[in-house]
Amino acid sequence: MTLYQRDRTWHPPALAPDYKTSVARSPRQAMLSIEGTVSELTGPRFGHGAITPLDGDLIANYARDGDPVGERIIVHGRVLDENGRPVPRTLVEIWQANAGGRYRHKKDGYLAPIDPNFGGCGRVLTDDQGHYAFRTIKPGAYPWRNWVNNWRPAHIHLSVFGTAFAQRLITQMYFEGDPLIAHCPIVQAIPDPRAIDALIAPLDLNQAVPLDCLAYRFDIVLRGRRSTFFENRPEGN
Amino acid sequence: MPQPLNYLKETPSQTAGPYVHIGLAPRAAGFDIYDTELGFDPMPDDVPGPRIRVTGCVFDGMGATVRDVLIEVWQADAAGLYPDQPGAAAGFRHWARVVPDFDTGQFTLDTVLPGAVPGPQGRMQAPHLSLWLVARGINTGLQTRMYFADQDNAADPVLSLIEQPHRRDTLIARGADGHYHFDIHLQGDKETVFLDV
Repeated sequence: MTLYQRDRTWHPPALAPDYKTSVARSPRQAMLSIEGTVSELTGPRFGHGAITPLDGDLIANYARDGDPVGERIIVHGRVLDENGRPVPRTLVEIWQANAGGRYRHKKDGYLAPIDPNFGGCGRVLTDDQGHYAFRTIKPGAYPWRNWVNNWRPAHIHLSVFGTAFAQRLITQMYFEGDPLIAHCPIVQAIPDPRAIDALIAPLDLNQAVPLDCLAYRFDIVLRGRRSTFFENRPEGN
Repeated sequence: MPQPLNYLKETPSQTAGPYVHIGLAPRAAGFDIYDTELGFDPMPDDVPGPRIRVTGCVFDGMGATVRDVLIEVWQADAAGLYPDQPGAAAGFRHWARVVPDFDTGQFTLDTVLPGAVPGPQGRMQAPHLSLWLVARGINTGLQTRMYFADQDNAADPVLSLIEQPHRRDTLIARGADGHYHFDIHLQGDKETVFLDV
């Protein structure tokens, strides 16, 4: 067993000068390419013991004296691999700003207020078919220091594990129709417009709950696993 | 046109940003929300193997500490086994999250010294930790490894692949007898070797 080569031309390059922080934080030497070993082809697994159903409901999981302010949404989809196979029982963690674009983080000083009823993080395990779902508040856009007038499009950060440490992925989900996507240096660091499209969740009215909340669908694809047809298998993989 | 292959493309990476702690380490972000925060479990007393402490910093290309980094660690147990392998240490998590002090940038990891594990063609790999770094300004999480200066690294198949011998040292933590120091340099003369696995 091994993983398909990661297509580094599909991901944003380490050095993306318009995203200024990447200038001093991007490696300049060639990476060392190695075959995955047991150290990279295994990875942590998580059970339902530590993760409760409330963890995936950001409308409720930090509520103190009522629901958080903002547009109520469901974000749902599947975790698949590049073969199109579902990745079951894998951990998906998300974090985001509140409806005003403010993060609950000791280092965020944006003038929009903290929402006392919103923490801004959630986590779920995918089901046997790789499905996941969160209920949350649509995050607001917010300004950030890059150029003087840069604004992040509304986005949700996602972290996904898969079954191998080398599948580990963090990305961001954007919302269909957001005009800020075209102006964001972090998004536009991705060279291929088709890859940017893969980060934009469409409105999914079929999964909206009438009179309650809207829904967006976002599928996540992790690197594919290869079980080769003809290969020496000295490690018994 | 030939038949289409119809593989899906991997979801493109995006930076974890400065507020990654909200999602992966909320207490570090300044609030308490989960009963159990993942990746910070204390080590059960009965896990076999020598205890080690690793300290260090991540530096950017200008030599400043990267204080908003989050590091994940994945490792074999003291016998060189990963979960689900027969004999793997019960109760050992093999996986940890590491967040540095936001003021100094120094991180601390307490774990057990991993054993050697098999590599390509059955060649043994010297004891190592697998590391994955994410932070603001890092567009795709960076994979690397940490080896130990007081272990026998001479025949390690990954270190041996590094063309410039002095760059092998970027993956080897200084120290001995359970106390190690490991700095990671994202860029510059001391740039750490990062892995495309």
